[in-house]
Amino acid sequence: MLLPNRLKNQHLLWRAGFGPTAENAASLDGITAKQLWELLLKTSGKKPEKIEVADNLIDGLVKGVDDLVQLEKLSKEQKRVIQKQSREDLKTLNIRWLDEMINSEAQLREKMSLFWHGHFACRVINIYFQQQLLSIVRTNAFAKFGDLLREVSKSPAMLQFLNNQQNKKQHPNENFAREVMELFTLGRGNYTENDVKEAARAFTGWGFNLKGEFVFRRFQHDTGNKIFLGKTGNFDGDDILDILLEQKQTAFHITKKIYSYFVNEKIDDGKVAWLSNTFYESDYDIKKLIEAIFTSDWFYEEKNIGTKIKSPVELIAGIRRLLPLTLQNENTQLLFQRALGQILFYPPNVAGWPGGKSWIDSSTLMLRLRIPQIITANEVINIRPKNDDDTMMGQMMQDRIADKFNQSYADKGAAADVDWSSVATIFESVPRENLLPKISDTILQTKSRVSNILLAEYLNKENRENYIKSAIINLMSTPEYQLC
Amino acid sequence: MLIKRKQFLQVGSLATASFMLPKFLKAFENPVMVPAGNKVVVVIQLSGGNDGLNTVIPIQNDIYYRERPKLGIAKLQAVRLTDEVGLNPALAAFKDLYADGSLGILNNVGYPNPDRSHFRSMDIWQTASSSSNYINTGWIGRYLDAQCNGCIKPTQALEIDDILSLALKGETNNGLSFKDPRRLYSTSNEKYFKDIAADHHKGEETADYLYKTMSETLSSADYIFQQSKLHSTVETYPSTGLGKDLKIIATLIKSDINTKVYYVSLGSFDTHVNQQEQQKRLFTELNDAINVFSNDLKKNNRFQDVLMMTFSEFGRRVSQNASGGTDHGTANNMFFISGGLKEKGMLNALPNLADLNEGDLKHTVDFKDVYATVLNKWLGANDKLILGKQCNYLQFI
Repeated sequence: MLLPNRLKNQHLLWRAGFGPTAENAASLDGITAKQLWELLLKTSGKKPEKIEVADNLIDGLVKGVDDLVQLEKLSKEQKRVIQKQSREDLKTLNIRWLDEMINSEAQLREKMSLFWHGHFACRVINIYFQQQLLSIVRTNAFAKFGDLLREVSKSPAMLQFLNNQQNKKQHPNENFAREVMELFTLGRGNYTENDVKEAARAFTGWGFNLKGEFVFRRFQHDTGNKIFLGKTGNFDGDDILDILLEQKQTAFHITKKIYSYFVNEKIDDGKVAWLSNTFYESDYDIKKLIEAIFTSDWFYEEKNIGTKIKSPVELIAGIRRLLPLTLQNENTQLLFQRALGQILFYPPNVAGWPGGKSWIDSSTLMLRLRIPQIITANEVINIRPKNDDDTMMGQMMQDRIADKFNQSYADKGAAADVDWSSVATIFESVPRENLLPKISDTILQTKSRVSNILLAEYLNKENRENYIKSAIINLMSTPEYQLC
Repeated sequence: MLIKRKQFLQVGSLATASFMLPKFLKAFENPVMVPAGNKVVVVIQLSGGNDGLNTVIPIQNDIYYRERPKLGIAKLQAVRLTDEVGLNPALAAFKDLYADGSLGILNNVGYPNPDRSHFRSMDIWQTASSSSNYINTGWIGRYLDAQCNGCIKPTQALEIDDILSLALKGETNNGLSFKDPRRLYSTSNEKYFKDIAADHHKGEETADYLYKTMSETLSSADYIFQQSKLHSTVETYPSTGLGKDLKIIATLIKSDINTKVYYVSLGSFDTHVNQQEQQKRLFTELNDAINVFSNDLKKNNRFQDVLMMTFSEFGRRVSQNASGGTDHGTANNMFFISGGLKEKGMLNALPNLADLNEGDLKHTVDFKDVYATVLNKWLGANDKLILGKQCNYLQFI
């Protein structure tokens, strides 16, 4: 069956980015998916600018400190200030990156970065380390997987999160070695417990200093022979990563995850096997892998379109791309992320967000259905999440503070000004009788649709702009809009 | 320009009010509607890592007082249960429960290779995984999966909260969370949502799944709201967070709703600084709410069929820190409250403070054994299927 260009182009924009914008939505009938892909590649080609948000205050405190020993000399009060400021700055980093997803033309890069952000899930409250890890991910988002793996593995954020600073010759800590294999490369079941032990020995001495630099601590490193995945030698951490990249299973594991994320959770074994071979033969060239996916015919098959549940971040970014709007309080987006189960920089655990149906329960679904109204009609949000003990770190009376914090959202609603006139230009040349089907085709990717007859009962027919407005909001308030 | 929501969503429905009425009247004639034997669990999560040693206090233990020169609770201040054991002064009502045989205290509950991160350890408790394993479903969610094949309404497990905890998420079934039945009802009772749900035709699997979840939520919201109005409670509950939560649970427990598990949280118990004040405030909230709740259930003849259990993601270190608080630790105690306990009082020995692991308590009971016991003996469920292995049953129920 021949699918319309618009559907295919929007499919590409949703999967390789965060959906169409008010600016480009009108043009999606006229170009082919292949042309659009070339455009996506081109606009994502530049090296990204690092997002830096760390406050001057901790800049001053931290930059005077050269290594961890000196950190101990900071007063308790100074440490507390650093922690608190770090948490605040992480919120800013979250909003700033979300802004990139919404506004940057480098859609492909930001989408790939979001994928790697979940793959290399890391939860540390240190704004420098998180900024740096994000920069590594965004810079290497579709370069060579080997480089990405090596840089992430040597980042202070990951070394701290997976306790490799405590991995010493006399007392090996296996956490880092285990997760590198289980989550970053081979996947569970493709190594033995002994491989974990031996790899942990090889990673002994890998650490970092406070400036955010990788440090190899020679005297903590175990220089004895190790037997790892059938090979014997005096391996260090770099050798282990090389050996892991030599395994075809690594290419398979990554390819399968990428297929499941970008194409369909129902894995097509034949396609994944073929893609993973190509990925391996190309020395883990991520760009080649995703190009093979996004330029294939099968990517645009009906069964792959409109069948993926948007993650909370995809949902928020997608709404904001189509509806240019100014939020009175940007932090409202953090409350949405929290209530919907995906806060950037706070993955649930080292395995990242499980995705798919796990995004959906009664509460998250009903909130998702109400978000378009909350944003556009200034409805009260009425949600008070539980305290997060990790981010609060036991501050005195923390729950009262948190409650006040949430209360201020709950009472105010999420006031936003939507630039409806630029939204209306998408449909400028559409005759009235085609308007509703056209809006529906622009908002939804699913085969399943709320019937236009039913929808029409709920539309505001005062004038054209109100009609478009009410149609968009109603269409966004459906289960179908949760899918892309 | 903002548009008013009424312009696109016509709110309001007359649907439920009418057919609710007869039942509402019937409730007056027959206040005791629930037959005995309908077992219910109320899980109370103490978030943040409650300090177990200042909850159940070893009042004869020199090591305890040596390690906590400032924070240790003096023998005379503690609520005395036995010669060896006292409770936190803010838990006075627990002494009455202890005295009438409806309190069980299980010490040293934990798991091997304990994790000291809040979110990770809470995950482990909620999913019932081992510390090296990651599971995306919770133990109560999997109870629903095992129990709820073909359930019409997903109201078998309810959380009184705005956000559903991982504990109540299953593979194919989820519990339902709401802070207030009335609000749940008013936010889901949109004519638009009901209309599009009725209009949906089966087709693609994921879209069907979303519509199924939506329809179930809408009908459950009605159902819960009706049930919550059947037996408005006469007891005066404290106007605290937990007080309000337990009041909602009490009204539902007295109705004929099919709920087997209720879930509430209280916190934060993350007392790194100024522990005494913080723990006292939270325990007062716990104590007062449970006191009224227990009496309410007793009067309505439900106390023997309701099991309350508390847990926290970890206990705290034995030694106090320098800021008038305690840092993250390991094993901890759990309270069980019910009129139907088989074993009462102290269910096992107090922690051995002379045998620590780098300053932390060693666990002697795996929390998964507790879950297995509750699932199997109280709820009559297949614990082996739910927990993925055969655990040891305890004897308190």
